Amino acid sequence: MTPVEDLLRADLRLVTDLVPKGSRVLDLGCGDGSLMAHLRDERGCEVRGIELDPVEIASAIGRGLSVVQADLDAGLSGYRDGSFDVVVLSQTLQVVRRPAFVLREMLRVGNRGIVTFPNFGYWRVRGYLAFRGRMPVSHSIPYSWYDTPNIHHTTVVDFRDFVTANEGVIEREIPLTVGGFSGRIRPVRMWPNLLADTAVVVVRGAE
Amino acid sequence: MTSSHATLPWDRVGSAGVVPERSASFENVELSSGRVLPKVDVVYETVGELSLERDNAILLFHALSGDAHVGGWREQDAREQGWTPEDGPAWSPEGASFGDPDAAPATAIRPGWWDPMVGPGKAFDTDRYFVICANVIGGCSGTTGPSSIDPTTGREYGQSFPIVTIEDMVDVQVRLLDLLGIEKLLAVAGGSMGGMQALAWARRYPERTRTCLPIATTWRLPAQAIAFNEVGRTAILGDPQFKGGDYYESGQPRHGLAVARMIGHITYLSDESMHAKFGRRLRDRDELAFEFVTEFEVESYLAYQGKRFTERFDANTYLYMTKAMDYFDLATGAPGLPEALSGTPARFLVLSFSSDWLFPTYQSLQLVDALRSVDAEVTFAEIESPYGHDAFLLEPEQQHRFIQPFLDRALEEARGRGVTP
Repeated sequence: MTPVEDLLRADLRLVTDLVPKGSRVLDLGCGDGSLMAHLRDERGCEVRGIELDPVEIASAIGRGLSVVQADLDAGLSGYRDGSFDVVVLSQTLQVVRRPAFVLREMLRVGNRGIVTFPNFGYWRVRGYLAFRGRMPVSHSIPYSWYDTPNIHHTTVVDFRDFVTANEGVIEREIPLTVGGFSGRIRPVRMWPNLLADTAVVVVRGAE
Repeated sequence: MTSSHATLPWDRVGSAGVVPERSASFENVELSSGRVLPKVDVVYETVGELSLERDNAILLFHALSGDAHVGGWREQDAREQGWTPEDGPAWSPEGASFGDPDAAPATAIRPGWWDPMVGPGKAFDTDRYFVICANVIGGCSGTTGPSSIDPTTGREYGQSFPIVTIEDMVDVQVRLLDLLGIEKLLAVAGGSMGGMQALAWARRYPERTRTCLPIATTWRLPAQAIAFNEVGRTAILGDPQFKGGDYYESGQPRHGLAVARMIGHITYLSDESMHAKFGRRLRDRDELAFEFVTEFEVESYLAYQGKRFTERFDANTYLYMTKAMDYFDLATGAPGLPEALSGTPARFLVLSFSSDWLFPTYQSLQLVDALRSVDAEVTFAEIESPYGHDAFLLEPEQQHRFIQPFLDRALEEARGRGVTP
């Protein structure tokens, strides 16, 4: 298993741990529904998904999941305010065109949002640009600048401002990194904006 | 995947074979209009085997010009080709015609209207499911309709036939299910007007199906679709042969019905598919004629479609079917669509097609939004296709991709093997 896959799986494991048992969960950009199926089967959650890719949707159907094909930038029409306990947006914020709108929609339909994103403030990313003079490529940002789906990169610190500006409150922030030689995923204890490769953040609407 | 056919592409799998026509009769059929028909005959076909637990039945609904013959070969057609019961049901004729029934030579033997979707290993896999399809009330393919004999007069009903609704069509088919001894269906499914019946079923008989598959359809017609229907009706009603609908002795209003079919057909295609199929090509000539004769390929095609249609379809039925569609509103009697669907136990698979401008994707999304707002289990996908509204008949492979796993899971859950959310 490559560190990238491991890191992605690690953030999904973390997301799973953050979702209370039996809660109602909406997974935005749910892919083939593996997280949804896991939450349903292991944690007794009631799950719904949104995904753009028809091939992924067909896979999710095969897992017995209900998934609506939609573009997150079009919003979460249909869902009433507060219909979910948790709305998950895993490694997807950076690919949407209207991140602020997507965050507001998450906080509208869900009591809590769990957002995971690659940290552009990570030291390796900074170093890549600073010393090589090239657009950064890392574990969490594996694309060349010209074919990347990532159009809205953010950092741990910028994300805090972003949440506040969109009437949200950060409840928990879990910065993660890949161990230098071990290749294992571990939480970052200090200077998260510098040391975290990726971040898992729990947000809720401001009172 | 539990089906042995699940991994085969749709066109490499078997035919539903030779399918016999069946019929049933129901008395005192009460209609939405308040009128009561003393007797309604229903023609239907079934493919596949009903399981001992009676948990694998799927009811398919046909669209405006369809009939009970959904897949495989009509027994009567097969007999004309030399088939005998000793040959068994697994039989396919020489020189069979697939695809658009009206594009085939008049003499070709044609499979059912949804043949690419119904058969062993297909989306509606007849090795696993018991598929039922009935001609609707008001139709002209065996079930009682305006061209049937009114027992009180001994003559065709014509325009004295009561107006029927999508709900009436569904109510008659519920009685058929009672007769067949099927309490709960695995699925109700259909495209276009068939999709409206599937939706009406889910609302009227929520406990009698596990899943609902409305395809290329709408929960109510927008003004544009009603307008096209009205043009078709105006063509029929204005044909001197129409004679107030009492034309069964003198011959039906062919011109009006052909025009109705032509306008209808345009709405079933798309700019892209017409361009690809015809372009501006001329038919049997190299230069413009400077006369009002059939010149362009597309003119010839429409003329042929219209003419063929008048040979197999009753003008009165066309009027009744289009009226039923115009009247359909899934939210009727409720404050709104969400309230109409609230509490539905069925799992929905809604499919639309990107180039369908008769019932565009936004109409399916209104339905999806209403289902999401009441917390129903709904899956939705828009299938990329150039074929317009007709794509539900012409894109079996793309529909198979979603329908096959959807039904597979539904049957597993029905049998208690799936993981219950």
